[in-house]
Amino acid sequence: MTVTTTKSAYALGLQDGFPFLIAVIPFAVLFGVVATEAGLDLLQVLSFSVVVIAGAAQFTALQLMIEEAPTLVILVTALAVNLRMAMYSASLTPYLGDAPLLTRVFVSYFLVDQSYACSIARFEENPHWSTATRVSYFFGAITFVCPMWYAMTVVGALIGTTLPEWLALDFAVPITFLALIAPMLRTIPHLAAAVTSIVLALVFAFLPYNLGLLIAALTAMAVGAELERRA
Amino acid sequence: MITDDGLVWTIIFALGAGTFLIRFSFLGIVGKRPLPDWLLRHLRYTAVAVLPGLVAPLIFWPAATGGELDPARLLAALFTVIFGLLTRNILAAIMGGLSTLYVAQIALRLI
Repeated sequence: MTVTTTKSAYALGLQDGFPFLIAVIPFAVLFGVVATEAGLDLLQVLSFSVVVIAGAAQFTALQLMIEEAPTLVILVTALAVNLRMAMYSASLTPYLGDAPLLTRVFVSYFLVDQSYACSIARFEENPHWSTATRVSYFFGAITFVCPMWYAMTVVGALIGTTLPEWLALDFAVPITFLALIAPMLRTIPHLAAAVTSIVLALVFAFLPYNLGLLIAALTAMAVGAELERRA
Repeated sequence: MITDDGLVWTIIFALGAGTFLIRFSFLGIVGKRPLPDWLLRHLRYTAVAVLPGLVAPLIFWPAATGGELDPARLLAALFTVIFGLLTRNILAAIMGGLSTLYVAQIALRLI
């Protein structure tokens, strides 16, 4: 698709971000329900989603609070879950690094798995895009996802019941990411990196602090880069 | 039951600040300074190095089945990838994957 204006890039971002709602909505509702059952009031539940805006880390922190873990342990463990986002930040830097500081602050706040995944796919596909076009695309991609994350957390807190189990929407999370990853596997180094990531993430899943994923990801990046260098 | 309001607010703001700093790290500090070639070469593989590892445990050990390997979910994951490769359309791949999951769940129950 050719995108020449920042406005059409924004529209493309909207379109690409939309399918993630099928995973984001049930996940957000679930957080609202679980957090409320754990004893958080409505303002705390909403603040959690707005201030932290990272599902997996929010669930981790909540679970550890329920288990009455020490505050420092809660923070370190939940932050470790988010460390992958430093890699997202580095990966987007060549594309968005020359945007104004305030823009980079907002991009950072909204840098979630979904916005990173569709942005990097489009940025690689369209190397001629200007930074302004990329920024527009990025904000298009989060326009549905992030506000719905806040809103559906509140809905979950208010209704107190999750979506019916037979919908199996728990599986919408892996499905949305697989749908996005598949077209990225266009070269042998990309494929090798993905396979390395899967195997090592499973092998090292027993490690605490989500370290398994970090080891898997860093090794997979090295495998991809090395194969590219030799090619 | 969590009853300590002070703890909840501490966790929310500390976790929020920490998470923001992680996200802002490279975008904020490196900014427009050029990165070395070897690093750029590694960064080109970030998406395919992080996302597959992120979802692999969810696919092989789904919480919904108590961590048991589930043939319906495995099949759905496989078909999502196939639909994604064939159509290169994210929405089509998601719909194809979810449909596979429902059909496989019903079919496995009938067998």
